[in-house]
Amino acid sequence: MASLKELRARIGSVKSTKKITSAMKMVAAAKLRRAQLHAEAARPYAAAMRRMLGELAGSMAGQDGLPQLLAGTGNDRVHLLIPITSDRGLAGGFNSNINRTTRLTIRRLQSEGKTVKLLPIGRKGYDYLSREYADLIVDHVIGVGGKEIPFSAASDLGAKVTALLEAGQFDVCTVIYNQFRNVMSQVPTPLQLIPLGLDEAEAKPDPDAAQYEFEPDEQVLLERLLPRNLQVQMYAALLESAAGEQGARMTAMDNATRNAGKAIDRLTQTYNRTRQANITNDLIEIISGAQAV
Amino acid sequence: MPIKVEIISPEKVLVSRDVDMVVMPGEEGDIAAMPEHAPMMLLLRGGTVTLYEGETPTDHYFVGGGFADMTQTRCTILADQAVPVTEISIDAATARLEALTEAWESADKSDVSRLEGLMSKIQSVRAEIDAGAGG
Repeated sequence: MASLKELRARIGSVKSTKKITSAMKMVAAAKLRRAQLHAEAARPYAAAMRRMLGELAGSMAGQDGLPQLLAGTGNDRVHLLIPITSDRGLAGGFNSNINRTTRLTIRRLQSEGKTVKLLPIGRKGYDYLSREYADLIVDHVIGVGGKEIPFSAASDLGAKVTALLEAGQFDVCTVIYNQFRNVMSQVPTPLQLIPLGLDEAEAKPDPDAAQYEFEPDEQVLLERLLPRNLQVQMYAALLESAAGEQGARMTAMDNATRNAGKAIDRLTQTYNRTRQANITNDLIEIISGAQAV
Repeated sequence: MPIKVEIISPEKVLVSRDVDMVVMPGEEGDIAAMPEHAPMMLLLRGGTVTLYEGETPTDHYFVGGGFADMTQTRCTILADQAVPVTEISIDAATARLEALTEAWESADKSDVSRLEGLMSKIQSVRAEIDAGAGG
């Protein structure tokens, strides 16, 4: 049985842990709200972009010489995976889910005989993957998370990926990120960026709509729209991931706070029992001493 | 009959309302979007987008390049960046112009795609300064 002094010290330390976790929960909740607003604000652009691309690709369907960003290289040999994690931990399963999904995907692709390359974003993913797959990592980006994600972060990333594609470094590019369902659940989701799957957008051209005119012409527009679209998709994934990170941290810290509360209750009970047992012992000693006299 | 105009930057929606005419800086010249205009998609250069109600211009926005998608009833402008003309900081833009001009001077003159990229950025910043000075 631990002594009273030890118990007091443990209660004190759990109490201060609880203070920290509950403060982190509050901070995450505030950041979550902001991150969600950002993610929502970025949606109209992405939606309009998709509509234009669908329209454009629809009118160009069947033509030769489509840009690689849209049609891919025609091969399916080298896969570039871009897992998006956070720079900081203490967010429950947020990062480990991504890491696990990434590892499973790498295994699956390798067993199919494909070459895998990695471009991890976020410190947690980079640290994890560089332990096992250091030779697959072509590049990494750290410090994108942070408070606010500027669009330039996504456009730099897009430029990096486009440069790799043009250098013939990969055939298929997939982002693995945490999709933000709600505060409680973030789902690791693979999203293929190159070649761009436009099936659903192409499937619904409005037959009543008049034929579009393009200025300068389809080819030029497409060449300008596609890199932009890549950046926008990246941006959306980064924002979703940022919102998910705060959501996951909030949930994790909420659980931690609750657990700390329970631990304090348990420790306090043991403390009181021990104290009473000590008093009883003391009394017995006094009484039996008095009787012996 | 009005036309619904939306100016959207990657970060947010700047404008979404009904106006009578929108004049925007197309890559190959300014273009006005009016109701019943044939559907059209165009590339934008850096310049000012002007919204008209009736005959009077009501709002001016600077866009730094982008795309526009017009139909008979709406006009969606996807701007790389967009600000109301009144909020342009001429000092900041001038500083950026100087940096770009320097990059242009020191750039490799045989790298055509880089030069083209720089040129369109310089054009865009010049347009921004002009817009800021005029508005």
